[in-house]
Amino acid sequence: MSATLPPFEEIVTTHGPTVLRVCRAVLGPMDADDAWSETFLSALRAYPTLRPGSNVEAWLVTIAHRKAIDQTRARARRPLAVDQLPERPVPSEAARWDRDLWSALQALPLKQRAAVAYHYLAGMSYADVAALTGGNEDAARRAAADGIATLRKTYGEGGPR
Amino acid sequence: MMTTHEPREPEPSDLFVALPAIDESTTRRLHDRLVREAQTAGLLDVAYRTIDSPVGPLLLAATAKGLVRVAYGCEDHEKVLERMARDLSPRILHAPARLDAAAKEIDEYFAGLRQGFDLSVDFSLARGFRRLVLTRLRAIGYGQTASYAAIAVAAGNPKAVRAVGTACATNPLPVVVPCHRVVRSDGTIGEYVGGVDAKRALLTLEGAA
Repeated sequence: MSATLPPFEEIVTTHGPTVLRVCRAVLGPMDADDAWSETFLSALRAYPTLRPGSNVEAWLVTIAHRKAIDQTRARARRPLAVDQLPERPVPSEAARWDRDLWSALQALPLKQRAAVAYHYLAGMSYADVAALTGGNEDAARRAAADGIATLRKTYGEGGPR
Repeated sequence: MMTTHEPREPEPSDLFVALPAIDESTTRRLHDRLVREAQTAGLLDVAYRTIDSPVGPLLLAATAKGLVRVAYGCEDHEKVLERMARDLSPRILHAPARLDAAAKEIDEYFAGLRQGFDLSVDFSLARGFRRLVLTRLRAIGYGQTASYAAIAVAAGNPKAVRAVGTACATNPLPVVVPCHRVVRSDGTIGEYVGGVDAKRALLTLEGAA
């Protein structure tokens, strides 16, 4: 049974939560569900061609990253900035968010937010992060460090523990 | 230099403790949506669920063509799913609703309310002579039994008694394709993919033992 892919259900169970946390950190309460769903649907489509033994979580985060870029662009085109929890009916999920955390995250450049999420939430190496966000390993390390430093100032210190 | 008692910088990951917890309702909502969208996109190659039965938990799995697998607990459901990922497609999701009809008919069968199954089946997991044997088994009616030798004759190869035994032992659709109705020529019950006790239970239910 060595070189076979496990049932996709196992991929969802094992990696679903981490990918959701990454989507939340990168996209916030309103768009995380959509990004997660699109990520797993794309992953399911491509799954039979995945080489057995691949780093599945990094592969999923790669797909999620592309969705995040798409959604960030789409959001930039929306008429109103969504920097507060919106008026449209919210999934109960959004109500459970710590608003300050998302305001702080949202204030980061996408590159820093992504570097922080992929390294600290998905446990990816800076080399793997760099492969997604562009630049080299050092740039990814710096983006994550800058992101964390800003978060400590804007959220970590005064924010809820 | 002793730094042990200096206050430690919070770990960067501590910053994310405020992300909402991923509880069961979140997981379920996203999973349901994935199943729905996968189905619409034609990407759900194998749907499965488990049901309880008097002979233990049964795994049911279906392709677009129909019911493709029924597995007893003793077959190890996890292994069965892994083998389907290899032999059919790894696009496998837990999608109970897709198996509602099969679950209902099997429940009715065990309740004694149903004598035959009205389900489309997919024999993809059986090949060649084994598949031929399985198609012959459907001719053995509820409450009837036939010998391995008789099935070998019905399948056009009277000498293939042992191969009939193998076909029954590897039947991917036990209960629905009634290999439990095949017994030894000397009248003893013979072996069964779900264990001899399960075979006896089915034959007793059907009034054949």
